[in-house]
Amino acid sequence: MASAQTMFDKIWQRHAIAAEQDETLLYVARCLIHEGSSHTFDRMGKEGRKTAEPDKVFAFSDHYVPTTNQRNGIGAIGDPKIRNMVEMLTANCRKYGIRHFNMGDPDQGILHVAGPEQGVSIPGIVLVGADSHTATHGAFGNLSFGAGASEIYHIMVTQTLWQRKPKAMRIRVDHRLPFGVAAKDVILAIIAKIGHGGASGHIIEYAGEALTSMTMEQRMTVCNMSIEAGGRAGMVAPDDETFAYVHGRAYAPKGADWDSALAHWKTLPSDDGAVFDAEVTLDGAEVAPMVTWGINPEHALPITGRVPSPDAGRDAATKTEIADALEYMDLKPGAALDDIAIDRVFIGSCTNSRIEDLRAAAEVAKLGKAKIPAWIVPGSATIKRNAEAEGLDRVFTAAGFEWRDPGCSLCTAINGDMLRPGERCASTSNRNFKGRQGLGGRTHLVSPAMAAAAAITGKLTDVRKLAKGA
Amino acid sequence: MQPFTTLTAAAAPFDQPNIDTNQLCPTRFNKVPLGAPEYPKILFHDQRFNPDGSEKREFVLNKTPYREAQIIVADRNWGGGSSRESAVYALMAFGIRAVVASSFGDIHRNNCLKNGVLPVILPNEICVALRQQIHERQGAQISIDLEKQTVTAPDGDVHRFDIPAVPKKCLLQGLDDVGRTQQFQPEIEAFRARYRKELPFQAMPAAG
Repeated sequence: MASAQTMFDKIWQRHAIAAEQDETLLYVARCLIHEGSSHTFDRMGKEGRKTAEPDKVFAFSDHYVPTTNQRNGIGAIGDPKIRNMVEMLTANCRKYGIRHFNMGDPDQGILHVAGPEQGVSIPGIVLVGADSHTATHGAFGNLSFGAGASEIYHIMVTQTLWQRKPKAMRIRVDHRLPFGVAAKDVILAIIAKIGHGGASGHIIEYAGEALTSMTMEQRMTVCNMSIEAGGRAGMVAPDDETFAYVHGRAYAPKGADWDSALAHWKTLPSDDGAVFDAEVTLDGAEVAPMVTWGINPEHALPITGRVPSPDAGRDAATKTEIADALEYMDLKPGAALDDIAIDRVFIGSCTNSRIEDLRAAAEVAKLGKAKIPAWIVPGSATIKRNAEAEGLDRVFTAAGFEWRDPGCSLCTAINGDMLRPGERCASTSNRNFKGRQGLGGRTHLVSPAMAAAAAITGKLTDVRKLAKGA
Repeated sequence: MQPFTTLTAAAAPFDQPNIDTNQLCPTRFNKVPLGAPEYPKILFHDQRFNPDGSEKREFVLNKTPYREAQIIVADRNWGGGSSRESAVYALMAFGIRAVVASSFGDIHRNNCLKNGVLPVILPNEICVALRQQIHERQGAQISIDLEKQTVTAPDGDVHRFDIPAVPKKCLLQGLDDVGRTQQFQPEIEAFRARYRKELPFQAMPAAG
């Protein structure tokens, strides 16, 4: 009898072409790129290479596109270096025969938002993206991970990639989440527990009732930040929720293919008794709304907590890091997190820019008026249209929030959207690194509801209290 | 790829854990083409330079003996975060050929291996001891021998490190992957045919 396998083992085995010592040559069923893939194209041009299977490569204009006045077109992007990034991707996709979800395309969006929307992300496959948050797509029950320019180059010219097989970690979150607690809080609680490098060398399979009871969008939020826990990939076993999401999407299997796909995908979940190299368990019922106070995502605490002291560091290096974080963030040890005044709010990014995120934020926005500048940046043109059809844009604008065009925007801060030095932002994005949202900018990572709450109070706020008081 | 065999050079200490790739290469420099004249200034740019372009004196790489460093000794989780390979190009443009740490961000580690920068994993207590020595004697040299898989500390202690066989061979010989992969073309063709036959719904994206 074959031994029990993890979902990861099954997908890995199914895509293994050959092995050489400790490395496996994997077949890459889908590859996602964006404007930042310029180094890859430069090398292809220099070496005169062609794309091996261009129909399996999908490109998205997201990192460099403006989030205002997109209707004026690429030519209207003011900064010539930024405009050039979008123009280069446009030219390269034409040259190499790649489907490009470009600015102005009705299906354009952030690669990790628009990819799933278009049915590019399906269960069972190996999907590699030119971006570390490619882990997002693992929510569909596949092996999805990010890679640098050299590895993407290798995929573009061979549709394969050499990898050493990572270890597998299972993170089980038992029980359902309490009122006011979002998928974002779950992943922040996980990272706070295992650390920013806690899953390095591993892929993560998420399991437990908290995960199985989540929608696909919520699972994507959890898988998205696997990289912030050090895991290169995150995945959730596909189930009826997954199949219902994928069914009928543009690039998803159709007709008879759909039936065979479903039969195969139902065999993917980890077998009973499959052994993981590491196991982590959390009680979902104990998770509270989370907020980061420092300079990497492990610096996260429940909103009811206080800023830690450097003395809390477990070793000299960590004490130094906490002291540095407090200096950069201009925070004092012992300060209550819900007393921290905020200058700006950003609701968007591949972590939290989907329609359910916007609905959660809108529910809170209805409770007041934004006291500080607050941006809503939908993850795709489709989400923007759907939100407008539901009237969410009007809820936001009535509450003083700014309704913008889709893109990565203030998460990666390279399209011109950025914080000013010293500005403090409650952000639904994924990284609170120094300077991530702009030189000298200070980031507090939160869920969409928590971000909207900060907008209407002007400080970090426990959304549970706000909602109860309504 | 530039081969890596042995290296004896000054080493710079980075005491904090979790140095992410955003710090190695701030995002706005991602679009700078490789080989551009500003590349040597990208590494740790926002910590190395004031807004007016002058150097921040207190930053480790601006201190005289560490300016010539070709090795970095770090703590845990070096290079987590973004997959940007520009973080490795920035290390190389400064002259860094090896980073010693107790753990690495997986993507950054791969990116290093693909560019001839050697990521060396040693236990954290050894990283701490190495940093102490290069703090005490600024400019002290560390020797790395990839063939023998050893790091020789300034005090003469020799520490063995592990590295998987394939990346070791590629680094020693300066091989890049595409050439290696092309030798497997028949296997790739056979796989592709089988995948298309057995999993057509995964092999071919629908028409869109």
